[in-house]
Amino acid sequence: MGVNRRDFLKITGLGALAGAGSKVAADLVFKDQAEAREARSNKGAFVGKRWAMVVDTKKCIEKVEKDGCRDCAIACHTVHNVPDFGNPKDEIKWIWQEPYEHAFPNQHHPYTAEGLEGAPFVVFCNHCDNPPCVRVCPTKATFKREDGIVMMDFHRCIGCRFCMAACPYGSRSFNWRNPRPFIQNIQENFPTRMRGVVEKCLFCEERLAEGLSPACVEACKVKALIFGDLEDPDSEVREILHTHRSIQRKPGLGTMPQIYYIV
Amino acid sequence: MYDGGKIVAGLVVFLAVVTSPIWYNVVAGKAEYRPDPKIVSQEKQCVAPKAWMTAMHMTLLNSWRDSVVREDNRVYVAANGKTYNMSLSKTCMQCHPNKSEFCDRCHNYASVNPYCWDCHVEPKEKK
Ligand code: HEC
Ligand code: HEC
Ligand code: HEC
Repeated sequence: MGVNRRDFLKITGLGALAGAGSKVAADLVFKDQAEAREARSNKGAFVGKRWAMVVDTKKCIEKVEKDGCRDCAIACHTVHNVPDFGNPKDEIKWIWQEPYEHAFPNQHHPYTAEGLEGAPFVVFCNHCDNPPCVRVCPTKATFKREDGIVMMDFHRCIGCRFCMAACPYGSRSFNWRNPRPFIQNIQENFPTRMRGVVEKCLFCEERLAEGLSPACVEACKVKALIFGDLEDPDSEVREILHTHRSIQRKPGLGTMPQIYYIV
Repeated sequence: MYDGGKIVAGLVVFLAVVTSPIWYNVVAGKAEYRPDPKIVSQEKQCVAPKAWMTAMHMTLLNSWRDSVVREDNRVYVAANGKTYNMSLSKTCMQCHPNKSEFCDRCHNYASVNPYCWDCHVEPKEKK
């Protein structure tokens, strides 16, 4: 089989044209997609490309050590109908506190700076860029949204708990029992969960859709939680990360967590 | 055949007794019983034409659910151009707050028991 020079040039020429054409087409499609995403969400919704959170730990720890503040957890757990079983074995948590050496085991060493050991760090779902929970979910009940939120579709959760085994941060909790009787004030506009499903922080995607910031951010009186879009170069989160040294939880695992801690 | 008359008569009585509930309903005019869901909304229209809603509301709810949860798309554009926020509690149950007289009447009749209410909060009804 021989290809002569003339045919070869024809084929490469056509190939080059097709390549250039598809670039133009892709630009059109992707531009439309971004616009479509804005058009189809509610008016006034917060639309981002890569949501992330920065925790200003100094402010937070000071407040917690002063008055045992749990404002963020109370706010979150109230609006999302998170039950309180009153026993650590069944505990369901979306946002909570861990001592430094548990939150950052690889940073911890015998000569850790004074005050850090045992200091409370606020932790929640890291909304990883490479989320292991998503990889293991057999029903795609948990998935990563275009804007980076690691979302849960409670309707699809079969309660296999693979995601809990996969998550290196313990961000997921399982409903061993019917949660309804253990919710003090049921909020009508957010569904509860039922026995046999896993749950976790969803970055308040239902509030973002209404143009509200996450409940924990709103509740924090010392403004230690800063939420924003990492792909927006003018955002507050970018500004803070640019000017401060920050750490992430267990970055060595390659999950690319998107909660940044300023220490 | 011995005692043929008695056997036939017995059979006739037996059949009459066994089918009596049916005859009773025909006579009492209840044979065409249909559940009677009560509509309390002030609005004239549902999110889609009534006949379609009666037949297809479960499919519509499934597509609302997937659209909101999986695609983050919350605006439903009805055939007449009106827009609705796709939400079970915040939209359907706002217009149909009488769940026990509306949804449940049909569902009890059809013996379906949607598990949605294990999680979604039922509207509070005045008893
Ligand atoms: C704007 C108010 C409104 C909303 C929102 C609404 N409905 Fe309706 N619905 C009505 C009205 C009014 C009717 C009666 C329509 C008619 O008589 O033509 C109706 C009729 C129905 C029927 C048919 C009842 C029958 O007798 O056959 C069903 C089923 C139904 N709605 C379910 C739903 C569901 C499910 C939702 C949410 C997806 C919903 N509705 C949202 C107002 C509403
Ligand atoms: C006109 C009678 C009628 C009314 C009114 C009605 N439904 Fe239904 N619904 C049915 C029937 C019949 C089925 C079962 C259909 C089937 O199995 O194919 C059903 C099924 C469903 C399902 C699917 C259940 C399953 O297990 O798959 C859901 C969800 C549902 N209805 C929600 C509602 C809600 C919410 C309302 C009130 C706003 C409502 N329905 C009002 C007749 C009705
Ligand atoms: C395991 C608990 C659970 C069950 C069971 C469940 N849902 Fe949901 N559903 C949720 C949660 C939680 C959300 C809200 C997710 C969010 O906004 O982040 C939701 C959201 C939705 C939404 C969109 C938002 C809204 O406000 O309504 C629809 C529509 C919906 N569900 C329909 C249904 C229907 C229909 C059923 C029954 C066939 C059902 N769900 C059963 C937990 C559940």
